[in-house]
Amino acid sequence: MAGMLDLTVVQAHEAMAARDLSADEYAEAWTQAAAGDELNAYLWRPEDGTDGAIAVESPSIAPVAVKDIFCTEGAPTTAGSRILEGYRPPYTATAVRKLIEAGAPILGKLNMDEFAMGSSNENSAYGPVLNPWDRSRVPGGSSGGSAAVVAGGLAPWAIGTDTGGSIRQPAALCGIVGLKPTYGAISRYGMIAFASSLDQCGPLTRDVSDAALMLAILQGADPCDSTSVGLPEAPRLPDREDLKGVRFAVPTELARDAIEPGVRDVFEATLATIERLGGEVAEAPLPHAEHGISAYYVIAPAEASSNLARYDGVRYGMRAAKTGGDVIEMYEATRAEGFGPEVKRRIMLGTYALSSGYYEAYYGQAQKVRTKIAGDFAAAFEDFDFVVTPTSPSVAFELGAKTGDPLAMYLNDFFTVPMSLAGIPAISIPAGLAEPAGGGPRLPVGFQIAAPAFGEQKLLDAAYALEQAVGFDAKPGGADG
Amino acid sequence: MAELEAVIGLEIHVQLATKTKMFCGCELSFGEEPNVHTCPICLAHPGVLPVVNEQAIRYALLIAAALECEVAPRSIFHRKNYFYPDSPKAYQISQYDIPIAGAGRLGDVRIHRAHLEEDAAKMVHVGESGRIHGSGASLVDFNRGGTPLVEIVTEPDLRGAAEAAAWARLLRETVRQLGVSDVNMEEGSLRVDANVSVRPAGSKELGTKTELKNMNSFRFLERGIEAELARQRELVEAGGTVVQETLHFHPEDGTLHPLRSKEEAHDYRYFPEPDLVPIAPTEEMLREAREALPELPAQRAARYQEMGLAEDVAALLAADPETAGYFEQVVAAAGGVETRVAANWVTGEFSAALRQDGGEANAAESKVEPAALASLISMVQEKKISHGSGKAVLTTLVAEGGDPGEIVEREGLAQISDSGELETIVSAAIDANPEAAKQVRAGNQKAIGAIVGAVMKETKGRVDGGEVNRLIRARLGT
Repeated sequence: MAGMLDLTVVQAHEAMAARDLSADEYAEAWTQAAAGDELNAYLWRPEDGTDGAIAVESPSIAPVAVKDIFCTEGAPTTAGSRILEGYRPPYTATAVRKLIEAGAPILGKLNMDEFAMGSSNENSAYGPVLNPWDRSRVPGGSSGGSAAVVAGGLAPWAIGTDTGGSIRQPAALCGIVGLKPTYGAISRYGMIAFASSLDQCGPLTRDVSDAALMLAILQGADPCDSTSVGLPEAPRLPDREDLKGVRFAVPTELARDAIEPGVRDVFEATLATIERLGGEVAEAPLPHAEHGISAYYVIAPAEASSNLARYDGVRYGMRAAKTGGDVIEMYEATRAEGFGPEVKRRIMLGTYALSSGYYEAYYGQAQKVRTKIAGDFAAAFEDFDFVVTPTSPSVAFELGAKTGDPLAMYLNDFFTVPMSLAGIPAISIPAGLAEPAGGGPRLPVGFQIAAPAFGEQKLLDAAYALEQAVGFDAKPGGADG
Repeated sequence: MAELEAVIGLEIHVQLATKTKMFCGCELSFGEEPNVHTCPICLAHPGVLPVVNEQAIRYALLIAAALECEVAPRSIFHRKNYFYPDSPKAYQISQYDIPIAGAGRLGDVRIHRAHLEEDAAKMVHVGESGRIHGSGASLVDFNRGGTPLVEIVTEPDLRGAAEAAAWARLLRETVRQLGVSDVNMEEGSLRVDANVSVRPAGSKELGTKTELKNMNSFRFLERGIEAELARQRELVEAGGTVVQETLHFHPEDGTLHPLRSKEEAHDYRYFPEPDLVPIAPTEEMLREAREALPELPAQRAARYQEMGLAEDVAALLAADPETAGYFEQVVAAAGGVETRVAANWVTGEFSAALRQDGGEANAAESKVEPAALASLISMVQEKKISHGSGKAVLTTLVAEGGDPGEIVEREGLAQISDSGELETIVSAAIDANPEAAKQVRAGNQKAIGAIVGAVMKETKGRVDGGEVNRLIRARLGT
């Protein structure tokens, strides 16, 4: 079937059901497409060698590309870190297992910021992923590989993880759909932990329907993850076409000044589209959201400092070649060599925040802020169905533009972190193109919609209606690119 | 200076005898080939998550019920962070500010709290020191890593080493009877640490404490506390001050040594474990725990008093449940034996006979079958043998075991019950002691002892003393 790679996954499945498309041929075409990766997106593909534990003999749905944070039995899993070099897990993450059981071959493992810490993919120990719209620019992070392969035609869909925006922000910067589900909707078992109380798996897809389809496969309570509960109802494909009577809140405190003019314009235009579809747009206060970044950069590093303590060179992964001395010196040498600078920075921040005498002032206080932010959303959702913001304050920035300024990098997550702290679902859909602040070809802009916890179906329905109305159909390297 | 009073609190780690580990499906084991009971979870592979063992919760609730603890409606787990090879995650999942069980009591000692946690892996340090510092190499066996533990912390209510050891025994027996642990100190399924301090008698304030570890028997516990109390008393009496530290007990010579500060100086950076949800026991679980409680020592003491035992004997038996169990077997073995008499024998003559060689009085592990002791007591009560012969038979039983009837037979200890034979012996004894007989006739009752002694000597004690007395008096007309 010609042009099969242009189909969305839902369309491809329809073609398979109608016997217009062979699942084997489709999978093979994607394998070949993935082999043409020039974006440094794939860290491993089955051709690189595997013990076959995760192989799918006869594909029945679209092959999937997997962020390298998910453990895959017998296939390398690095979390983008040197410290896990050579590690082949003895087990497979629940999310990946569900995809395999649904008949999805694993196309490969995707590059990412080391241990999911980053917003540009430049923190990978294996080099940055390039943005398919402009290879001099970042794809966003930390699920940069996942966004780049979907946008760049190297995979039909992908899974990623989102701790403070790591699905939504790269999806926005690459012009695709990224969904962070409600905390607990999808099992975290086998997903290498960054910040356990925030991490959540989710789909990165070409459109909202594909996201719904993948969510339906991934969601569900898992006996291996005590914090997983699944969704109240299995998601179905969205079909809503209008937004009549649906109320959208724009945060009163939305820091419009911090948003690039081009992004702001697309955002305002999208609000107008919502109104055209019959939706209502009004402001609602989220007074504590502006403290989200501060709270996040205490809580996430604190949990990370503990989660990453197990990488000590004893049982798996890398061990520093020259250590000498006792086991503590071996730990120190291995961790000094194995972790990159951003990971070390966050381990130190987190260790400090949890230290005796500082706990209440930092971790305790951050948790209080977190509770306040969740309260803000709860209050907003009494009057509104959704809260909307731009996904990211800017379009994709140039490689190296922010690597010297961690705080500037952290502000990329300004709009996505509050939802993570509140544990609520949020989706980013491409809403248009905008010129970067420094000029240059126009790049994708994401529009973020957040819903109450477990409100995924309504969220997908609304996002679908908006997606149809926006009609974003630009492609990297296309007429506009 | 006022006399210094000992103030002791205990911290007891009880390994739960669940089928599987605290947070994964690996089987519990002891003494097996190293690292065979492991999985990605208890080896802390990337991405794994803990899942709480429900049986461990039920066992903890049982312990909480036995110790009359308040149970938290929602207790939570914390991470206790530290780098050490016995902890593959580099944190232990434990409970911190909201433990499953709060205030309780066992006997006279108040329980501060009891919480659930996981055991560390076992370290074997190769080399002379037996410790990580200075060892040639260290090996880790993860079989033990992740075994469920309940840590019980007492209030500082104990006032002496012997008292502390006795209470620890009571706790062990209480936990053993719940069926939730092997409570074997040598194998480490029961570990007792002691917090020891001294203060002027009558003072309400607590002195600086030291923490004593590695006492893997009750005797070591007692010796360790004794040694530390002596050290602290001497130090304080000489005007010194106790420094808070952890002391390691050396079983070889009974000495205590501080642990190196590097192993001790931790900031554990506790924070709530985000991978687990709170433990919220249902009403049904709490009821099940209460209903599953077996008879515990305190209740047993009350029952013994109802059976006719004196209060002190009942308490003595109930506080030593091994002996109590033995006592009940003795009573069951011979319906004819009065319970009061059986209790006196078990706590008196039998216990003394067991201790004769300086050993611990461990009735259950002695060679004396409960039925044998019961039959011995019957023989004495029925005057088939004298009380003195009974004690002699008991000595033989303790040394060799066997059937008391056969020992009586073999050693010719059966009481001379033929009154003709006894009268003949009495007559001969009177004839052999004419001076004593004269004095007795003259009213000196004490003089009768010489004649009784002669009878005893002749019969090797196989006679009833009262009967002999009666016969001599009858014969001498007094």
